[in-house]
Formats: sequence, C-alpha cells, structure tokens
Amino acid sequence: MINLNIDGINVSVPKGSTILQAAKEVGINVPTLCYHPDQSVKANCRVCVCEVEGYGLLQAACSTPAAEGMLVKTRTPKVIEARKTILELILANHPQDCLNCARNLNCELQTLAEEYFIRDIPFELRTRGYEKDISTFSIVRDPDKCILCNRCIEVCSVTQSVYALGTENRGHNAIVVPTMGKSLLDSPCVMCGQCIHACPVGAITEYEQLDEFFAALNDPNQVVVTQIAPAVRVAIAEEIGMRSGELPMDVFVAGLRQVGFDYVLHTNFTADLTIMEEGHELLDRLNNNGTLPMVTSCSPGWINFCETFYPDLLDNLSTCKSPQQMFGSLAKTYWAEKMDIDPASIYSVSIMPCTAKKYEASRPEMQDSGYQDVDLVLTTREIGRLFRMSGINFKKLAGANFDSWMGAYTGAGVIFGATGGVMEAALRTVYEVVTETELEDVNFTAVRGMEGIKEAEVDLNGTVVKVAVAHGLSNARQMMEEVKAGESPYHFIEVMACPGGCIGGGGQPITKTNADREVRIEAIYVEDENCEIRKSHDNPEVKTIYEEFLIKPLGDKSHDLLHTHYKAKNKKYL
Amino acid sequence: MAEEMRIVLRNYGKIDPLEINDYIALDGYKALEKAKAMEQALLIADVKKANLRGRGGAGFNCGQKWSFAYQAQADQKYVICNADEGEPGTYKDRLIMENDPHTLIEGMAICAYAIGATKGYIYLRGEYPFLVSTLNAAIEQASKKGFLDKFSIEVRSGAGAYVCGEETALIESIEGKRGEPRFKPPYPPAEGLWGKPTIVNNVETFANIPVIVDKGGEWYASIGAPSYPGTKVFTLTGDINNRTFFEVPTNTTIYELIYKFGGGIPAGKKFKAVQIGGTSGAFIPTELLKTPVAFDAMSEIGATTGSGAVLVLDETRDIVDVVTRIAGFFEHESCGKCAPCREGTARTHELMHKLNEGFGSSEDLELLDRLGRVMSISCLCGLGQAAPAPVLSTIKHFNADYYAKLV
Repeated sequence: MINLNIDGINVSVPKGSTILQAAKEVGINVPTLCYHPDQSVKANCRVCVCEVEGYGLLQAACSTPAAEGMLVKTRTPKVIEARKTILELILANHPQDCLNCARNLNCELQTLAEEYFIRDIPFELRTRGYEKDISTFSIVRDPDKCILCNRCIEVCSVTQSVYALGTENRGHNAIVVPTMGKSLLDSPCVMCGQCIHACPVGAITEYEQLDEFFAALNDPNQVVVTQIAPAVRVAIAEEIGMRSGELPMDVFVAGLRQVGFDYVLHTNFTADLTIMEEGHELLDRLNNNGTLPMVTSCSPGWINFCETFYPDLLDNLSTCKSPQQMFGSLAKTYWAEKMDIDPASIYSVSIMPCTAKKYEASRPEMQDSGYQDVDLVLTTREIGRLFRMSGINFKKLAGANFDSWMGAYTGAGVIFGATGGVMEAALRTVYEVVTETELEDVNFTAVRGMEGIKEAEVDLNGTVVKVAVAHGLSNARQMMEEVKAGESPYHFIEVMACPGGCIGGGGQPITKTNADREVRIEAIYVEDENCEIRKSHDNPEVKTIYEEFLIKPLGDKSHDLLHTHYKAKNKKYL
Repeated sequence: MAEEMRIVLRNYGKIDPLEINDYIALDGYKALEKAKAMEQALLIADVKKANLRGRGGAGFNCGQKWSFAYQAQADQKYVICNADEGEPGTYKDRLIMENDPHTLIEGMAICAYAIGATKGYIYLRGEYPFLVSTLNAAIEQASKKGFLDKFSIEVRSGAGAYVCGEETALIESIEGKRGEPRFKPPYPPAEGLWGKPTIVNNVETFANIPVIVDKGGEWYASIGAPSYPGTKVFTLTGDINNRTFFEVPTNTTIYELIYKFGGGIPAGKKFKAVQIGGTSGAFIPTELLKTPVAFDAMSEIGATTGSGAVLVLDETRDIVDVVTRIAGFFEHESCGKCAPCREGTARTHELMHKLNEGFGSSEDLELLDRLGRVMSISCLCGLGQAAPAPVLSTIKHFNADYYAKLV
C-alpha cells in the first residue's frame, strides 16, 4: 500500500492508484472533464490539477500516481485559479447556448462552470463555426461544442473498433472529425451512438425527431401506433427522476397513452417472434448443413458493422429482421387486418434505446408491408423529453394495459434488452422444441453479465450446441476474426453492438459508466423473473399469429415479412 | 574571461564528415571500444559522475536517465536521438550532424551498449532533409566497419511540427501517430517507444558522450559550472556583431557571450534584451547579464539555457511587437491536445495582438499575466509550460514597454 496525505487527510491506496483515486477514497472530489472511469487516462483537460509538495508544476490528479509520503493539496488558491482559468478558456470557445442544448442540465462542462461559479468570461467569446453533421439522420455531431476530450474517439476505436473518429489539425484549429474528414455517413460509423454517452457535453446527440411525432399526432387521419423495445422500460425511469427499473410497465403504458399514442404495443412481442423464427433458422442450419455459426441480427449497429467490416460473412447473419422491423411489417399487415384499420393510415412509431434503429427503419428494403414499415424511431431520451414536457406525475398515474394482438410478451422477450438475452431466450425455446421436454431451469446464467465474451454449451438430445455472446463491437470483431479464419468453435453467436446490450444503447439516458449499465441489467432480470410466462413459444399471441397468419416459422409469410438480406457497405474511405 | 572550448565540435572543420577514416584518425570510435570493455553499470556510473545534463533543454542528468533504462527489464530497448532541432535561431545540432555525424553515432552506440538497446532512431527535423543522406552514409560506414554490430540506427524525418521536439510527442510520431505528447510518468526510460524502455537524448548530449568516456567523468565534471558542467554550444542571432556559434564552458556569463564572443551590438546601438534558449526562452534585461549560462543559474532568474539560441535585441526593437510574433508562433505550433495550451496559446496571441495594436487595457495585461502563470504550471507538456515565458518575462522586465501601448 502507498501512504499519502491529501488536504491533511492520510490515506493508503494500492500501488498504481492515482491521486484522483486516492482523493476519492477520502471523500475528496477532484473535478474532471476528460476523465472517464471506463477509459484510459487522457490528462488533456487539465481541470483536475492539484498541488503536490516538491513540484513546481501542478500535477494532473487523473494521471499522477500516488507516491509514498506524497503531500497533495487539491484546493489551494493556485489550484483554484488554474482550474477557473482553464474552464474560462474552454467556455470562451464553446457556444453559449446551454438553454437550448440537448445536454442542458446533463453536461459535465456546465456542471463544472456552475461549481466554479464562472460568471464573467474574460476572453472574447468565439465559436469555431463548423456545421453540424446530420448525414446519418441517426447521430448528429456539432463540432463547435467539442471540447476535444477524446472520449468519443476512444469509445469508437477501442470499445467498438470502428475507428470512425480521429483528430485533425493543430492547436486551436484541432478538431475531432470522422476519419479522413468526411461526413459520418461516409465514415465507417455504424451509428451505435456510444460516442453520445462518452461525450461530456452536447457535441454528439441523436437526430431528434419529436417534431415529426407531433406532426403525426396532430394529423386526424393518422393512427399513431407505438412499440416499446425491451431495454427502454428499465431506463426511462432515469429520465423522469426515478431509479432504473422503478417505473412499472403499466404506468409507462399509461404515460404513453397520456401523451397521445393511439395504440401501445410491445416490441417484446416481436422479440418472442424473433426467437421462434431465429430458433427454427438455427435448427434448419444445424440440420441442413447451413452456414455456421449463425449470428444474431437484432442489433442494427452490429449489422452496419458486419456490412462494413465483414462483407464476406453476411451469410453467417441470421436472415431474421430485428424485432423492430418485424413489428413494423406486421403492424401494417397482420395487426391492421385484426384491428380493421387501413394500413395507409397507420403511423408506426418505435421507442428504442438505440440510434442505429433510426437508420435501420429508413433502409429502403424495410417496406415489406407495402409501406414504410416503421415511420419514426424515437430514442428513450426523446421519450423522456416528451414525458417531461407532458407534466405527468408518474407516481400518481394509474397503470394501463397494452393493446391486443401484438402486446403480449414473455420474460424471454424482456431479456432481449441485456447482453446474452437473445441467446438465453433462444435456448429456452430451442431446447424445448428439440427435446420436447420442459426445461427444469430457464435461467442460463452463463450467458449473462458484463464480461465481453461469454460462452456456453447446450445438449440437445445428444447434439452439443456451442454458443457465444459478444457485446461491444471490439468483442464482436474478435468473434468474426475467428469465423473468418475458419476457427470459430461456435454454432450460434449473439452480438450486440453496445456494451451491456440494448440497455446500454446509444439512445438510452446518458450513461456515464459500465456500472450504470449493470444496474439496468439487474432490473431486466427482475422483470423476467416477474413474468408469468418466460418462454417465447408459450406467448399466447405468438401462438395466435402462427395459427391465424404466419402458419409456421420460416413459412412463406415469414419469408415475406420477417426475414431480410444484407448488403456490403463498400465504404470508400476504409 | 572565458575562452571557447570545443568538445562536441572538436572535429568541426577538421574532417570530411562523409569519410569515416578521418573520424577514426582523430581517435573516433575508440571511446565505443573502451565503453564496450567496461561493465554497463560502471560505464553508466562514469557518465553519471560527469554530471552531463541533457542539452535539449530540460537539463536532466544523462547518466541517471540511462540508469533507469538500464535497470528496466524488457525484451527490447531503444535509443532515440532527438534531432528535431525546432527552436527558431538554433542550429547547434545541425552543426554536429553536418560536420561530424560519427560523433553522434558513436554517442548513441555507447548509450545502446550501456542500457542494452539494439535499435536506435535519429528523429531528424523535417526542415533538414539535406542531412538524411549524410547521416545514412555515416551509419552505413559505421556498420561496415563493424561499430554497429549489435545496434542498428534508422533515420526518421519529422514533418515540421515543433511539438515533436518534446520527447513523448517525438515517440508518438515515430510510432506513426499524431505528434502529441504523452503524460508523464511513465517516463520514456520506463515506457517509451512502443511501450519499451527508451532513452531520448539530444544530438549535443550524445556528442559529449565519446569524450566523456575517453577522458573520464571526473574530467568532464570539472569543466564549467559544477552543477551543469561541460560546454554548451550557443548560436548567436539578432542585433549582434558576430552572428555565429560558439562552444563555451557553462560558467561563461551572458555578458561574455554577447560582448566577448558576440562582439557586442552593431552600429553603436545599446543593448535592450536577449532571449536565450529559443523562442520559449525568457527575455533577459541588462541588469541580469552577469548570470552564467548554466542551467540552474538561468533558472534562478526565471530563464533557461534551453537549446542555446541567443537572440539579441537592440534598443530600437519593439519588444511587445516581438513577443506578439512569438505568441503567434506558439498558437501555430500548439498540438491542441491539452486545453490550457490549445486555448491558451491562441488567447495569448489574441491578447498580445490587442496590446501591440494599442487597443489593450491594464485588465488585458493582468489577464495575460494570469493566463501565462496558469499555463506555465498546468499545461501537459513543455511546449505549453514554456510558451508563456517570453510574455511573462517581458511583462516583468519591460513593463514600461507594455504600458506605453495601453489604451
């Protein structure tokens, strides 16, 4: 252990700890801006500088190792002057539009400006004058707000191995840009939106579409139907001042009705349906020498990644559309028929934890219903804004039920929101389909949790099926490199683009750390446990749709409405 | 009064730089031979005893640096020569490489043996393309003669960024990345090029090594100022009669540099100020000219020995205008990695420009002073820390010049 003294308090920390960590131990919060607990140390904002006895220069708390006998002072006049001056410098080159910024009240720079009571900025106010990049219609970059902390670059390159972002130019002309200085759409960006969570300020946000929602709501000829993705409920609570998972599903549904949705349905329904289709697809591939391993296709960031970086392995992807898009094509066919509503009048809105879903819904092939299958994708954050605007007190709101035919779901659908969930849901169904015996324990815990790559084996009547789960695209890349080399030992791989799965998606409430993701994962499994039905094939409405409409998994109707194909992206600048 | 004493420039003008036999005839590579016969630890101890301190500007004890890399356990170690001589007005490293490349190569080879490195790089200033062939020819000759049997050297050209003279930015550049400094610690002797123990020394530092090995650390330590012994090459520019270079013992005073070696100010004009150590050096007024040029003596007056550039200004020069131009230089050369330097160098230039144009207030001057103080203690690397020195030193010593321009 290393013994040091911080602001007069003695502290012992393990060797290798930084001043920042040591200060935290004794309850001293040293301000940071570029620091991110799940990333490498950057030490470029210099806001965390402290005085250390024996050093003429201030030392950055985030990067300076604690040393034996060190005397640290975190709040001397010299330190305060330096921090305030640095904040003034950053703020003077930052748009002064906090009031109408997407990150207002949720901005690390704003918080520091408040804590250090920055009132007058002595430097001439300037902005760099860059245009916003809205090329993807999923993620919006506003380089003027960038403070060059480099956190987005690290999450994009290290966590996601996408390398869409880098730094160009020098000095105060330095700017974080898509690789080769092109638009995000031209770059390898997969629209996962992890950079949004990494950004301490409002330089990266989702493409906001609430105005389009209001236009549809105000159109008397449109029936506004919504679907809620599995990962949304556990996180939406955070947007309205509650803890993760605290908002009950029925109150969430009631809230959506209050803000004007005509029908509230659930993506969990099509998650269950995905299991039916994907489970049978897996069995078909196993039995008929199909391409293996089969890899899940629910995560549109992952699909973009595979189409960009592994165009030769697209046959490994399950042909199943994502639950969002299955829902989209069924809402304007099956459901419209059931409800006797003209599909042309249906305005299908999906509520997603995801930014890449916005792009997915706009893919030209996603029109199998004869219409744009999904008309609008709103993120969890956008629904949070909608709820806050609505003035609803959710603590006093009585619950409401989902609407019929595509609203029933099982615990298997629920866990789609967490990494490993699709795999676990699939195993619950595939096991029973193949063995025709009931699972004693539906919990496949080996595929749960935040470990980057997880694996398991299941014995299906003597056939051992090897499965793996990867979340975060650098882990997915590792899986795919094995596949490419012909060395993958697996039959079935689940990939989610975002760390933690959809609960950590780019459209979720701003997620500071992986610890926050774990809280949401916990809430997902609590919800699963509380479901009466926990296996997709037991979903009564899923049974109905097969009886009345789809006839059988992988049937003609499924082929037309629920399955898709993939195309190499051929990115020019890769 | 001090006399010129040539150690690093000992062969200047005496040999054909492209002819290794000329170098060998003047006892070249004998020090390497001697070093290789010594135990590594004893060799390093002798360099430590010489108290040779880095001639690139930071003044760190060379032998001590080597001992860190020697003690580090690693499968690969590197020796890098920092030849990114980017300080305006400095050309001492060019003199050595142009006229006596083998003294550098020998110094590097001794270092490689001492720490156990097998691979070396010369990171050459982008503006010195004409030296690439000289260095490569010298390396080839030394290899052929068997002097580099367990050590190979590669010449890498920089791309013109001033910040790449900072050792960790230089390392990043060799690794093929953006030339941006790393935070320290870890220092390069522990984790340097590709994460391996690495010694980065300046050309002039390496050029001292063969002589130290040859004549012994004790001999070297007795030359010049005891805390910063040896000689230092100074390159004289600006309003001075002898605009040339001199290698002098480190106890030489600034006054001697200007008036003895430099021959004083031309055209009978009076001295106004001298900036030593390059563009990031402090401006020194008449009252402080008795200061010896050694590192610690210079530190005491808030100045640096730095690269050894000596820029003399006569009484007709507008010092605020000069510093404004310097501020523009740093705005241009900041890499943009750390906030106080990225924003601070631009704001310093902005404020200097305002003051220089006669639109500045005393508040602006105070802000400039505060900004400089904060930058000098908060920036990530030496560039940002040193950039305010010309501003702060002139506000201190030439305050009247600023006041004369206030609104």
